[in-house]
This record gives sequence, C-alpha cells and structure tokens, in this order.
Amino acid sequence: MFSSTKFNFIIPIISVILGLVAGAIIMLIFGYNPILGYQALWNGVFDSPFFMSETVNRITPYILTGLAIAFAFRTGLFNIGAEGQVLVGWVAAVWVGTAVDAPAFIHLPLALLAAAAAGAFWAFVPGILKAKLGVHEVIVSIMMNYIALHITNYLIRSVLTDNQETTEPVKQTASLTNDFLIGLTGSRLHLGFIVALLMVLVMWVILERTKLGFELKAVGYNQHASNYAGMKVERNIVISMLISGLFAGLAGAMQGLGTFGNAFTNTAFSNLGFDGIAVALLGGNNPFGVVLSASLFGFLKVGSLNMSTAGVPNEIIEIVIALIILFVASGFIIRWALLQLKKGEKK
Amino acid sequence: MENYVIEMLNIRKEFPGIVANDNITLQVKKGEIHALLGENGAGKSTLMNVLFGLYQPEKGEIRVDGKKVEINDPNVANRLGIGMVHQHFMLIDTFTVAQNIVLGSEPKKGLKIDMKKAVREVQELSDRYGLQVDATAKISDISVGMQQRVEILKTLYRGANVVILDEPTAVLTPQEIKELIVILRTLIKEGKSIILITHKLKEIMEVCDRCTVIRKGQGIGTVDVSETNPNELASLMVGREIRFSTEKKPAEPKETILSIQGLTVQDSRHVDMVKELDLDIRAGEIVGIAGVDGNGQTELIEAITGLRKKSAGKVTLKNQDITNMPVRAITESGVGHIPQDRHKLGLVLDYSIGENIVLQTYYQKPYSTGGFLSFKRIFDKAKALIAEYDVRTPSHLSKARTLSGGNQQKAIIGREIDRNPDLLIAAQPTRGLDVGAIEFIHKRLIEQRDQGKAVLLVSFELDEILNVSDRIAVMFDGKIIATVNPKETNEQELGLLMAGSKLEKEGAQN
Repeated sequence: MFSSTKFNFIIPIISVILGLVAGAIIMLIFGYNPILGYQALWNGVFDSPFFMSETVNRITPYILTGLAIAFAFRTGLFNIGAEGQVLVGWVAAVWVGTAVDAPAFIHLPLALLAAAAAGAFWAFVPGILKAKLGVHEVIVSIMMNYIALHITNYLIRSVLTDNQETTEPVKQTASLTNDFLIGLTGSRLHLGFIVALLMVLVMWVILERTKLGFELKAVGYNQHASNYAGMKVERNIVISMLISGLFAGLAGAMQGLGTFGNAFTNTAFSNLGFDGIAVALLGGNNPFGVVLSASLFGFLKVGSLNMSTAGVPNEIIEIVIALIILFVASGFIIRWALLQLKKGEKK
Repeated sequence: MENYVIEMLNIRKEFPGIVANDNITLQVKKGEIHALLGENGAGKSTLMNVLFGLYQPEKGEIRVDGKKVEINDPNVANRLGIGMVHQHFMLIDTFTVAQNIVLGSEPKKGLKIDMKKAVREVQELSDRYGLQVDATAKISDISVGMQQRVEILKTLYRGANVVILDEPTAVLTPQEIKELIVILRTLIKEGKSIILITHKLKEIMEVCDRCTVIRKGQGIGTVDVSETNPNELASLMVGREIRFSTEKKPAEPKETILSIQGLTVQDSRHVDMVKELDLDIRAGEIVGIAGVDGNGQTELIEAITGLRKKSAGKVTLKNQDITNMPVRAITESGVGHIPQDRHKLGLVLDYSIGENIVLQTYYQKPYSTGGFLSFKRIFDKAKALIAEYDVRTPSHLSKARTLSGGNQQKAIIGREIDRNPDLLIAAQPTRGLDVGAIEFIHKRLIEQRDQGKAVLLVSFELDEILNVSDRIAVMFDGKIIATVNPKETNEQELGLLMAGSKLEKEGAQN
C-alpha cells in the first residue's frame, strides 16, 4: 500500500514524466525529432552560465506566486488574484526604489516592504469582502486583477513618469542586482532568490510551527469547528489573504528591483500569478514542493527558447506544461493505475 | 446442508499496524435478516467492505449461492446480487430520485438517457416493495428516511438479492424506524436476504432472525435471536457484563453555577426558537433536557456557549455575566461543550487526533510560547488523554477522520473534561455509539457531577435522560414546560410532556 504522503510525491513526478512523453509524441506526430527537441531544451538552460542565471531569475517569482497560491489553498481559500498582487507589488517596489533616497540597508528592505504591503492590501480587499459579506474571493480577486492592471498603467504613465511607458531604473540602493553575480555570470542574476527561499521557510514555519498557522489551517478545514474552538473565523480569513498577497507582492518586487530593474506599462497580464496556480498545484501546496515545481517551470520556460535551434516550435513546451497540469489534476487516475499495478504484482 | 446465499469463511483483513478482521465467519441464509453486531471499531464495516469488493481479504473465502467467488470491485458485488446501503448516503442532492437510482446503469434510447423509462421502472419497483418513493422528487426535498429508501431502491434496481444495511437506524426518527422495519419484512417476503450492521440490541431483538457477533476484529459466533436476550448479546459484544442503568449516588446539589433568565434566541431564519427561557443548574447535579428534536435545544446550547447571538435575556456563570461574551471567553470562564454534531463542530476531521485534543487550548502555555507551538508538549498531552480515555487509534498522529465515531467522541469528552470546566454541556453525547461506549460516557458524566461540576445533558433518548439526570427539564416550543424528578416519572409521562401537554401533579414547578 502507498501512504498518502508517498502519493503526494509520486503523482507530480509521474505527471511530469507523462507530460514530457506526451510532448515527445506530439513532436513525432508533427514530424519533429523529440530527442533533438529535448536536447535543445536541456542545452538551452545548462549550456551557459548566462542562461542558467536567467532560469534562476525566472524561478524566483514563480516560487513566490506559487507560495501565495499554496498558502491560500492550505487555509481554504483560492487566491486567483496573485496576478494583480504581483503588478501592484512591482510598481510599489519601483516607486520606492526610484523616489526614495536612503542607504541600501534601509532602501532595499523598504522597497521590498512596500511591494509586500501593496500585494497584501490588494488581497485584503477580497479577504475582507469574503469575511464580512461572504462574497466569493475568486470573483473579487479576478476583478482586482483588472483594477491592478489599469491602475498600475496609470501610475506609470501619469505619476511615476511624464507620459512614458517605462519608469526610470530603480536606484542602486534599492536594487537586488549584485556586481559579483553579474560578473560571475554576465547575466541579470540578482539576489531575489534569497528572498524567495527565505519566504519558503517563512511559509513553512507559519503553517507548521505557529499558533497562527494552526488557526489558519483549522479555519480552512472547518469553519464551524474553528468557531466552536473560539477562533475568530473572519479575522483568520483576512489574515490568510494578507499573507498570500504579501508573497505575491514580493514576486512583483523580484521583477521590479531585480530582473528588470524598472516598471513598464502592460497591455495584458504577465501570467506570473496564473502560472503560480499551476506551480502550487504541482508542488502539492507544500512550500518545498513549490520550490521544485517552480524550478521545473522556470527550466521549461527558459529552455524552450532554445528549442527553435532544433527546429521545434517552443510553443510545444506550453503544451507540455498544460499536460503536466492535466495529469496532476487527474491524479486519482494515476493513483488508481498504481494500485492496479500493485494488485497485478500480487497475483 | 443448509442453504446459504452468502458465506464468508475465515476472513482475515489487515491494515498497516492493525488486524481489522481475524478469522471471521458469516453465513447468511436465504430469506433471513441477519444482524452483524459489534462495538464501534470492531470491524463490522471492514467485513462488509470486503463482501462488497472495496477491500481484498488476506485470507479466507467468499461463497455466493455455494459457489466460491472473488469480489475485487463493487461492480462484481453488484453482478453477484449484493447491494449495500451505506451509513452516509451516496446521493446527489440536485438530482431526482429516479436520476440517482439509474445513475451508472441508465436505460438508453439511442444515445439519450430514457428518463421516462427510468421513472417508470423506479416507480414500479417502489410500489412493488411498498417503499412509497416519488421517483420524480428531488433528493434535497425529501426526508432522510425517504433518502434511505432511495438507497435501498438503488440496490434493488441493480438486482440485489442480498442487501447490506450499515447502521440504518442511526439517522432515523422512531417513526421512520418503524416504517423501515415494515419495509425490511416486505423485502424478506419477496425472497431477499438482509444483513443489518448495527449495535442496537433492541432492533436486533425486534427484527432479526440470527445474529453474528464480532469483537475487536474476532468472530465470536452466531446465535439465533429467538434463543437469546439483550443482556447476553451485550456481553458477547463487549466481552463483559454490561449494566444498562448506571449506578450513582444521590445528587448533592450545591451553589448555582449556571443561571439563565428570560433567554430568547432566534435561529438563522429569525424565528424565535428559545422563548424567555429560565433555567438554573447547580454544582453537583445533572440536569437533563428532554424534548423532541427541534424544540430549541440546539439553539439553547449554542446561545449558552456563545455560538449564537441572544436576542434577549441573561446568562450568568458563577455570578459572572457571560451573556455577550465571545466563544473563547465563555470557554475560558469554565464551560465545557460536547457538541451534538461532532463532525461539524467537535473536530477538525483533517487534523490529527493529537491536534484536535488542543483545539481550544493550543494558544495557551505550555503548548504555545511566543506564538510558536510545541508539538512535543501537545502530543504528550494527547498521548496521555488517549490512554486515559481509551481512545482507540493507531497513533496520536492519525487524522480524526479515520477514527470510529465512538473513539472520536471519547477524544472530545476527554478534551472537554480535561479542561476542568465548572459547567459541562453534553449534547447527544452517545448518539450513534454502542453500549460499551455509552456506559463509559455516562460514567464520566456522573463522575463529573460527583466532583461538584454542573452538568447539562441534552438528549432525545428518554432512556438516557431517565438514567443519568438528577433533574429533568422538559423543553417544548422553546420553553421549559416542566421540571420533574426522574425517580418520580416514567417514559409515558415524559412522552406526553414532550408533546406539549401540561403537568398536573403538584410540586412540579422549577
């Protein structure tokens, strides 16, 4: 018999393998060579320190949006608004990064804090509406995404700049970039991954080791019993959304203070928040699982850019990712198949 | 050679760390109602899940109509004419009766489901067995008793010859139980056989022909019901003599602990469910609230414990006004609450049993320091309570969901008593439990009384009220309409009072 923890581990791994195999089959059907395709994918990341660093930069915000979604899931909420929280966090970080003058040890934390606060506030709105009025958080947070998109565009054009589409770069004192890392890799690799890994620990500690986490999970599992136990259900829903939004806001800061070093207007969503849903799902809503799944996503996204060198369209990787999610979501089928295999062995 | 429809011979089923069934033999004759009796967690459900193909036994064989079979999936069980009605119904609320019944084996007309035919077939089947089910009604609109009959119809529709019923009466009202018994007899007349999983001795004596007893996973034996009595069955099941009435000293009530004055409480539809109710409970006494379900008992308890807002009145605990305090403050001021619905209120089912033990105290020292939890201390406490209250669980880390009802309840009772409350509220504390667990819980309640605690017992079981209470308050239509001494009353009188008739005896005032 498999234990459920084992399943939580095995199913994502099998899903990834199945996704890659299915991708290979699709490549074959359309006349591409899957071995060359996947080789190019691999080389696209591991051939040069530059692309390895780019991959880390991709992974960093995925970890944070993954954490945001996973944290909400673990406490019984679906924060589909990470997308908007990323945007407001991004702009808030850049705003502080460009407008404030302070030494680095104040400026950088302040900019990160601004991003976290902005993301948290954006998540607070659906949280409080759910807690007080019972409005479903999914609906409100989707609407908040659009509000974020347009407000940040307005702020960039009319407040942060004079009718420009791109802001000034953030001051060096607020930047996550690091000369040593740049020298080492020749890339835009920044210190954000340290922030992301720190947040992984923060999430784990909150959920598994604190009084707060005990309450948040209890409310997520059973509001009636939590109320019976004297917990404040409404307050916990709001806190949970705040923490979730905080992670997403920081993901924005990674882009604004690190990878891009500025903010720019968007005509559409970055998909960081939406991809975070997939990252959380593949990572089993576990903070350490999120690191693994974010790494896979980052690897696939960056590596796929190189697939055209093998003559394979990089969109194939989007299909692979979609299939992986499909397999994870239909995990019970894999579970069933595994159990059938086990049974077969016995006979 | 006897003519058996179902034979389960020397069945053994193991789970990691536990032998759920060991060498159990169950033989069911054609046309009989066969009881499967055992305590909570004795392995009854496991055995039936083996028969129904949900589990594979490690040892033993199953025969249907004398032929050896291998049932490795419920569909095989269905084909062999075995149907099961689970304790928790497997119905889709938004579908009609007929839709639920044909689900999975729909009659088809081309590619479409032939709903007309489905309704006709279901209605015919219902009429034939006298089930009085309306095939076109929505599940969400019909009573629990009716839903159960839909489940029975579902098995019949799939051609069941043997129907397994898992604790069928646990969710039914006394009237519905009578109707069910009639239905079971009709089924037998039509040549079906029935396996009744239960721990209620009364029902076995009333309807069953034979009874197989299992205890702690072991087959104890099969007896003819006509040659036995409830006492013998109970001791077979538990393995020792059971006293049906709990021994207790006369109560020595002292100072007033809980005082309720003019309490009015509304339900979620804003209907007054508790109406200007007055009630005092003193230290060292058990006050039992007798009443038919729905006369405001639930709302009364929710109001005392702070789970529901009060529209008028005052509640004091040891002279402290707790009327408008939040739940946690009331809990801390000395109220223990064994809730009526342990799955909804009493436990976070996805938390471990250890975590559930500290559900109201996790934030206090020594479990929490500076916002961080010490799971070592929490689990030490849990292990101690699990041992003291005989909670049978593989480990303190097992999810509460995986425990049997009786063990879940023991954990809750241990948790509430361990907080040492001045007032212990027990709502339906023995609902769905077997005689062994009931005896245990009654003893604990009386023990609390003897230690000078005030105990408020709400129960729909008259036996329990008469047996445990020192004073009985009869609740009808949101009011306490009479207070009687359990020694000077009987089931008839209480039954009448519960139906709202006035007490004419002298000295019946509060």
